[in-house]
Amino acid sequence: MVTKKFIYLNRRSSFGTVYAIESLEVVLIAAAFEQDVSLAFIDDGVYQIVEGQNADGIGMKNFSKTFHALGDYDINKLYVSAESLEERGLNVDDLMPLVYEDEDDDWAEKPSVKVISNVELSKIMSEQDVCLSF
Amino acid sequence: MKISIQINEGPYQHQASDTAYQFAKAAIEKGHEIFRVFFYHDGVNNASRFTLPPQDDRNVVNQWAELGIKNVDGEPELVVCIAAALRRGMLDKSEASKNGIDGNNIHPAFRISGLGQLIEAGIQSDRLVVFGD
Repeated sequence: MVTKKFIYLNRRSSFGTVYAIESLEVVLIAAAFEQDVSLAFIDDGVYQIVEGQNADGIGMKNFSKTFHALGDYDINKLYVSAESLEERGLNVDDLMPLVYEDEDDDWAEKPSVKVISNVELSKIMSEQDVCLSF
Repeated sequence: MKISIQINEGPYQHQASDTAYQFAKAAIEKGHEIFRVFFYHDGVNNASRFTLPPQDDRNVVNQWAELGIKNVDGEPELVVCIAAALRRGMLDKSEASKNGIDGNNIHPAFRISGLGQLIEAGIQSDRLVVFGD
């Protein structure tokens, strides 16, 4: 099968609309297709990977724990916009400690999340074959 | 060029489906191939065969149906995401009977399938264009 570079742009917060959870469904399905997958969190999308979410009070399923499974599916390129974090008064310590095991480094546990500037993010986006925005 | 389209918004509330339709029509007229149109999120509502807009308005569902986007086997390539569809009360004959529901509302020009069809469209097409906010 052809391998293409897919990037998923997550631009909305976890709750309030269905986009975050339905986008995560696509990403997990896509993992089975063995494509080169990246995720980007920009604008309110940065809230999707904030640590300690609790949706009990609004009767929603807290799907945020599913992000921890991404590493098991070899999805370990998670880019977070530094500007979007800063605009919302957040920093990298507010985010879930998402990790993967690096096959090339004796399965050492490494962080999946990289905080980068919007300029760096646009460069990464320009290198992709398919960009899906949610 | 081989083009696929993803539509993330429902009809009438949002212009995404209309714009995607105009885009698809123009692309076909220019000699491009529309490989697949994938309806996701509220976009699944573009496939309801019970849609009845006022007579002086466009019919978004029929517009798509009339484009006749099919594969070589004659199967529709207007694909509705099954997970998103069932959540929103959109189901075809087979899903209706499987769940003991006496009715179905997917227009015959569309078919229900999984998210893999979206990823495959991304792999097979030269361009995958997303419509929605």
